Amino acid sequence: MYDIESLYEATSVEDACRALAEDPQAIVIAGGTDVLVKVRGGKLAGAHLVSIHNLHDELDGVTLADDGTVEIGPITWFHHVTTSPVIQATVPTLGEACDTPGGPQLRVSGTIGGNVCNAATSADSASTLFAYGALLDVVSTRGKRTIPIEEWYAGPGRSYRERDEVLVKIRIPRDHYEGFTGHYFKYGKRRALEIATMGCCCLVKLAADKSTIDDIRLAFGVAAPTPMRATGAEDAVRGLSVAEAVEKIGELAQAETHPRDSWRASKDFRLQLIGEMSRRSLIEAARKGGADI
Amino acid sequence: MAMRILNCTINGKPVEVGYDPRESLLDTLRDRLHLTGTKRGCEVGECGACTVLIDGVATDSCLYLTDWAQGKDILTIEGVQKADGSLDPVQQAFIDEFAVQCGFCIPGIIMSALEMERTGKTYTRDEIRKQLSGHLCRCTGYQNIVNAVEKAVDVMDGVVGEAAEKSA
Repeated sequence: MYDIESLYEATSVEDACRALAEDPQAIVIAGGTDVLVKVRGGKLAGAHLVSIHNLHDELDGVTLADDGTVEIGPITWFHHVTTSPVIQATVPTLGEACDTPGGPQLRVSGTIGGNVCNAATSADSASTLFAYGALLDVVSTRGKRTIPIEEWYAGPGRSYRERDEVLVKIRIPRDHYEGFTGHYFKYGKRRALEIATMGCCCLVKLAADKSTIDDIRLAFGVAAPTPMRATGAEDAVRGLSVAEAVEKIGELAQAETHPRDSWRASKDFRLQLIGEMSRRSLIEAARKGGADI
Repeated sequence: MAMRILNCTINGKPVEVGYDPRESLLDTLRDRLHLTGTKRGCEVGECGACTVLIDGVATDSCLYLTDWAQGKDILTIEGVQKADGSLDPVQQAFIDEFAVQCGFCIPGIIMSALEMERTGKTYTRDEIRKQLSGHLCRCTGYQNIVNAVEKAVDVMDGVVGEAAEKSA
């Protein structure tokens, strides 16, 4: 039995917004895999919950808009992100990242929107959504706004989404993914039921010669208090050959990231992971793009 | 909190039961319906002992509020054995392959195995391991469990194949 003070099943997004506005203590619950664990641990004991669990018509599923924008409903299960034909055709690296949290049973409860709203730096979808430059639409009774993922995170486990705002759409515009190939690299002590010790996503767009880097995005989870892009490293290797970039990217990424010591891993070990994972993710991403390396 | 009424199907039978909205599906199954085959392990979605099928999908019932189970079709380990007492091929395979030691994790693992079995697809050993990766077993070292699932999936493939041949 969970220490929940109230549980309201919203009948629509509008209804959820109203319920969140009426009760100043109310918070959103979707899949429950983060919120219920926090309730059980005492961090959210006595929670007032507004559930958007059943709002499948409005918030579930992945679609491709006419202009090529990938639109992901926030209560889409991790598993359904991975298996979505739209995702596989447009942003496959996000599908791969969504195949890594927890185990299979968790990936049919946990949602991609919950992963974003929980705002953990270790969230498996976070670095990939960062690399793809996702746009996050939120609504409340005060109106609707779009927050780019770069401006989403306020600190560890905190975002600039207000308590009463509901994430209603995750959007990835066409020019953010077209021509890119990518790789998500999760490092943990075991391959399942594990929180990332380090997460790294690299997306590359190769020139026609298949060996020069036209564009690159390098993003990390757990390399800082929030997920982040290593834009300095990106700028430094743009225009280089893949082979040159592979030589340099590890050190460049290390210089730009700020991992911490925790019981999971030391700062030194995390820095070593950052160097090695940047390099390997770049190689893997470039290979998928046709580079011979 | 004020009680609510759950209407759903459990192990093929329509069920109507009162519940407290603070309950997880695991609480309701075990404490109200006395279906204690579903085990309470870690309660945070890390061990898989509480796995049941919800509309055919293997789900951790510890992190699933009973409130969300309205109208769902739920299968627990108690509903796996057939009415005539015969075992499901998955259960038989677990016996044949000596896949069970203390047994605590087994009801959950069997539900994940059933989910695989019922797709009628074939699975490589690596795919089986991945599909079972949401379960922890501290006794067996998993080898015999994977052997059992491999066997059950193969047996089921045979059955599906025969049925297909007969109808052809």
